Amino acid sequence: MSLGQAFLEALESLSGNKLRSGLTVLGIVIGVAAVIAMLAVGRGAEASITGSISGIGTNLLFVFRGDPGDNIRNPKPLTTEDANALRDQFAAPSIAAVAPALQGEATVSFGGEQTAPQLFGVTPDYFQVRNLNLAEGEMITEEHMLGRSSVVLLGPEVAVNLFGHADGITGETVRIEGQPFRVIGVLESKGGGAFGSEDNQVLVPFTTAQTRLIRRTTSNRVDIIFVQAVSGDVVAQATEEIAQILRTRHRTPVGEDDFTIFSQQDLLTTFQSITGILTVFLGGIAGISLLVGGIGIMNIMLVSVTERTREIGLRKALGARRRDILIQFLTESSLLSLIGGIIGILFGWLISVGVGQLAAASGTAFTPLVGMDAVLLATLFSAAVGLFFGIYPANRAASLEPVEALRYE
Amino acid sequence: MGFNTMSNVIEAHDLSKIYKMGEVEVQALRGVSFQIGRGEVVSIMGPSGSGKSTLMNTLGCLDRPTSGEYILDGEPVASLNDDQLASIRNRKVGFVFQSFNLLSRQTAITNVELPLRYSGNSDGRRERAIEALKAVGLGDRMTHRPYELSGGQQQRVAIARAIVNNPAIIMADEPTGNLDSKVGKEIMSLLLNLNKESGTTLIIVTHDPTIAEQTQRVIRLRDGLLESAS
Repeated sequence: MSLGQAFLEALESLSGNKLRSGLTVLGIVIGVAAVIAMLAVGRGAEASITGSISGIGTNLLFVFRGDPGDNIRNPKPLTTEDANALRDQFAAPSIAAVAPALQGEATVSFGGEQTAPQLFGVTPDYFQVRNLNLAEGEMITEEHMLGRSSVVLLGPEVAVNLFGHADGITGETVRIEGQPFRVIGVLESKGGGAFGSEDNQVLVPFTTAQTRLIRRTTSNRVDIIFVQAVSGDVVAQATEEIAQILRTRHRTPVGEDDFTIFSQQDLLTTFQSITGILTVFLGGIAGISLLVGGIGIMNIMLVSVTERTREIGLRKALGARRRDILIQFLTESSLLSLIGGIIGILFGWLISVGVGQLAAASGTAFTPLVGMDAVLLATLFSAAVGLFFGIYPANRAASLEPVEALRYE
Repeated sequence: MGFNTMSNVIEAHDLSKIYKMGEVEVQALRGVSFQIGRGEVVSIMGPSGSGKSTLMNTLGCLDRPTSGEYILDGEPVASLNDDQLASIRNRKVGFVFQSFNLLSRQTAITNVELPLRYSGNSDGRRERAIEALKAVGLGDRMTHRPYELSGGQQQRVAIARAIVNNPAIIMADEPTGNLDSKVGKEIMSLLLNLNKESGTTLIIVTHDPTIAEQTQRVIRLRDGLLESAS
């Protein structure tokens, strides 16, 4: 019997019991749709995160106090002197700019409104290093630094929270921790990023933060040094230069650095591996539901074989070989999973689009990506499920003795 | 009654069949030998438990004898494997069952085509099925499904299915058992007519003496042994 015939017969036989076939297919539909949707969401998350990290610039490096494993006791804090040392063009030719910063949280209020954004005390270099632009007003300058001026730049989200709008705010006075600060400008919106929203931050001059807002035990201390490498290609050299300079300054033994240098590249790799694990995890859970769907197929095929024992006996009496019966039942189970797979792919794609719409509606730019590889994987997997779970029932049917099968009531 | 191989379509030599049911061995056939000539009409009779079902299964190549030799249409079949037996059944045996055994969702013509589907030769399949249905007088019921047909018509479809592949023998197992006597007579005369016209050997397993009377020869079994074969 040819495969085309087997296909037609399987279709006829399945449509003869529509409710049962439909419910069996539903199991596969749910499994495949879940796999497609989960992979799409995972991919989308990865693309969105890597996109926002790349948006910050791949030549950015962060220097923190302490080693990554927290194994070094009493790490020396980073200081403004450390930052200045990194500016040395001879010791560190791969470094383009250095921006030390103090980081904290502060309550910012205007009138009856108040909000608690991230507060950064920054130098004028910060804007170059972080690639920040202003929507209006002016940047923090050396004069502000020298005068320890009570001036502030608002992130657009902070501006909206306090004023209800993000423009025409320059010149207003807000209170930070109760002290009056004059708004000198508003940052351009950057959207959500890997470190929470970059729009929900306020920037004050480094010196102002140091003396009036973020008190540290040592006066010259900095929380984080942002370093811009000359280009994305020399990030590794820049990392090495920073390490050399800081090791010398902190007098740390070899292999016991009391600081951590983190590049955007590292961050990218880390997030990619996190989202990768997440995708595999979600896909794995979805895969389990596909497995359950497969067991549903096996179950229904076993029932079908028992029900049709006489038919199998008859077919064998009329000359069907073992192989013919095997093909007949395998075709039926594969067809079930194939139909389920196709509907599941469409359904999963719809779910992905829905999730995308939902994300867009809640203000997060996030587009689930239905990849061809996911579609291919789901199709192959569901076909394999149909075949695998069909083999046992089909084999059972094929090995029935014709005499026994014909006698079956 | 000739005994050379060419004129005999069935030659059974010392057939025996032992079933193992757990610890107990049941000897269904205890050495049965006979011949059936080409074109003969033979009935197999015997009380239940006499081994007539076992003999029918063996003659129809549905089962293998435990020992003995069986030559069907010139081919020794006693030691063939399952697939070879399937092929022999397909080419040489047409089955007619008591309960018709039609595929309930398929049309009459599709049911008749079924043996041809497994024969690997798809040439003129539909034409041969139509021809067979016309031969049993169902030329006007070809697209009907079993539930749209009377019992007699269903058995006619089954007979058409049995003859469609031009078999060497037709094995009919109580072919009128599920039919009333009037329709049963029609089916019997149809089977006998087909035998007359095409010369296909007809073997009828029955317990009904009035049917056995219509056959040329009666093979009687009792306790797995041949009681009489004339």
